[in-house]
Amino acid sequence: MPSERPRVALFVTCLVDLFRPSVGFAAVKLLEQAGCTVEVPDAQTCCGQPAYNSGDRKDTASIARQVIRAFASYDYVVAPSGSCAGMIRKHYPTLFAEGSAERAQAEALAGKTHELVSFLVDVMGVSGVEAEYDGTVTYHDSCSGLRELGVKAQPRRLLAKVDGLTLAELPDAEVCCGFGGTFCVKYPDISNNMLEKKLANIASTGADTLLAGDLGCLMNMAGKLKREGSAVKVRHVAEVLAGETSQPPIGEGD
Amino acid sequence: MVQSTAHSFKDNAREALGDAQLQRALSNVPKGFIDKRAKARDGLPEFDALRDAGRDIKNHTLAHLDLYLETYERKVAESGGVVHWARTAEEARNAILDICRERGARTVTKGKSMVSEEIGLNDALEAADIEPVETDLGEYIIQLRHETPSHIIAPAVHLSKDQVEESFREAHTELPADRDLTEPVSLLHEARQILRQKYLDADIGITGANFLIAETGTSIIVTNEGNGDLTQTLPKVHIVLATIEKVVPTLEDVSTILRILARSATGQEFSSYTTFSTGPRRADDPDGPEEYHVILLDNGRADVLGTEFQEMLRCIRCGACLNHCPIYHAVGGHAYGWVYSGPIGAVLDPALIGVEEAGSLPNASTFCGRCEEVCPMRIPLPKMMRHWREREFEKHLSPASVRTGLGLWAFMARRPGLYRAATRLAMGALKALSGGRGRLSSVPLAGGWTRYRDLPAPQGKTFQALWRERQHG
Repeated sequence: MPSERPRVALFVTCLVDLFRPSVGFAAVKLLEQAGCTVEVPDAQTCCGQPAYNSGDRKDTASIARQVIRAFASYDYVVAPSGSCAGMIRKHYPTLFAEGSAERAQAEALAGKTHELVSFLVDVMGVSGVEAEYDGTVTYHDSCSGLRELGVKAQPRRLLAKVDGLTLAELPDAEVCCGFGGTFCVKYPDISNNMLEKKLANIASTGADTLLAGDLGCLMNMAGKLKREGSAVKVRHVAEVLAGETSQPPIGEGD
Repeated sequence: MVQSTAHSFKDNAREALGDAQLQRALSNVPKGFIDKRAKARDGLPEFDALRDAGRDIKNHTLAHLDLYLETYERKVAESGGVVHWARTAEEARNAILDICRERGARTVTKGKSMVSEEIGLNDALEAADIEPVETDLGEYIIQLRHETPSHIIAPAVHLSKDQVEESFREAHTELPADRDLTEPVSLLHEARQILRQKYLDADIGITGANFLIAETGTSIIVTNEGNGDLTQTLPKVHIVLATIEKVVPTLEDVSTILRILARSATGQEFSSYTTFSTGPRRADDPDGPEEYHVILLDNGRADVLGTEFQEMLRCIRCGACLNHCPIYHAVGGHAYGWVYSGPIGAVLDPALIGVEEAGSLPNASTFCGRCEEVCPMRIPLPKMMRHWREREFEKHLSPASVRTGLGLWAFMARRPGLYRAATRLAMGALKALSGGRGRLSSVPLAGGWTRYRDLPAPQGKTFQALWRERQHG
């Protein structure tokens, strides 16, 4: 672990900001426990993925410029989402011309931006957490975190340290849940077919709780589970790792 | 060229999702292919290094494509064959029909060739009173059914055994009713018996090519049934129909790429047959055709060179991206509406038939990235699809509602103060609408979402509002 407390900027992500602030606070707690000083830059909104994946490069670049400005001065930028962290790490640099000053700034930001759980394990060397969870959980590997950032072992390693928690592996954990940002509303029928397969796999584990590291996927799966009347609780992995489970699970009332 | 319904992808997909028989057949795709590929990959420590080498070979070739094509043509000529250049599907069809007419051909056997689907060759042959006979079992089945392939390497993967039996009984009218066709092997024997005579009758054999080798003027086909060999050695004339990006510089290069082709496709270390053919038979050859022609087709590929789409020309048609694609698993190949389906179809089809026609294909992806993860040629398929979406966006082809919604979102995203104020209000309202249930069953303007799932309600205040309260409170 670095000797001085690193200054970490939390990129809270639009979905966490709007729908599930408790994930943001869980992330803050985990980062502070790991010895970081956490700040939340004011000028953050969204990473630009909706525009980027819809082919609108111009708006994406202007959103990226704003993110780059807002986060440039920190030691690290951490997001509780593999997809948003992947956007900054893998895609921001490609938005600007090779050799340009903007490209260099985008690359600098990309180099210090991380998904939350992989940051804790790979950068901060965290090997345990102070949390309890009484139940059997299963874990879905969200596509961007898994394939763009290699997030696979890290959440499992930390979940194994949660008192009382049993992990039941999800069959086809690496297969997309059908969210895909705008995909799920542009192609609802196909998305639903993928989601039904995912739900059958979740049921087959017998787990009482479903975890993942991306709120988009979680809202997609929770929305279907609750529509079907399933009792499976859905949470962001950060909530469980931080021991912050006082808020109702995703899609459930007070 | 084959008629496209790519523009109706969404309707095609809905129909496919409602087809219970198709859904059952498709459920075999992931089971059959994914584990086998993984096992083959795990058994070869240098698998990923070979992928890098294959990518580099293809990149080098594409950067000097003119040079290697000219060399290839010269070598084919030196070995006694003829290369016919075709810019379009029509030129390719005409070149083939000319050869057929000159030889007075009545029956043509064919080895599996997606390019022949691309140029609509069977229809053209039939229109000229020439009988085309597909010899790959899967292709033979779909030919009997007047269908098109639904997969690059497994053309009949969308069909059940029962459907195949039914088609055989319909087409093979002399088949005794008590002949047992319940097992795949009995179906295979039945097809083999019919095809055996066709091989002997054929005046001309047409095959595709997995590779063309510039160094030697050789074409290569890989098959598992041996039908390709019979197609190209028994008739007096062998026609190879191949596209320009199939060329690689040397035999050494091909041996590198062949090591990852079958492993990626079927999980085999090698296909059962890998056949090299160089020119017509020589005086001391025991068999082989008297004439050897190559139709070298461009059909829009040269236009892709030098663009952001060039990398897709590395494709070796293994089908791994289809086999691993959850969208393909959901809707199958026919929903894509044109010759090439799955992720590679989503990037190739817009290049060949236009983004106006096939623009919904690159949009029908969650960018899960599994296709790129398994592509032996490391084609960045999601990136290619995103580039097509950019072209579509630039041409204002995306739906107005999407453009307006995105524009508004981007406008807000660039104005953090306004964004915070507006989202704070909106989330408060959504929370109130949920009435403490923690979810909403219907939300104005979110019908695509709520048709099949609830929308989890926001917790109430936004994180940013709560964080400020905490900092200043």
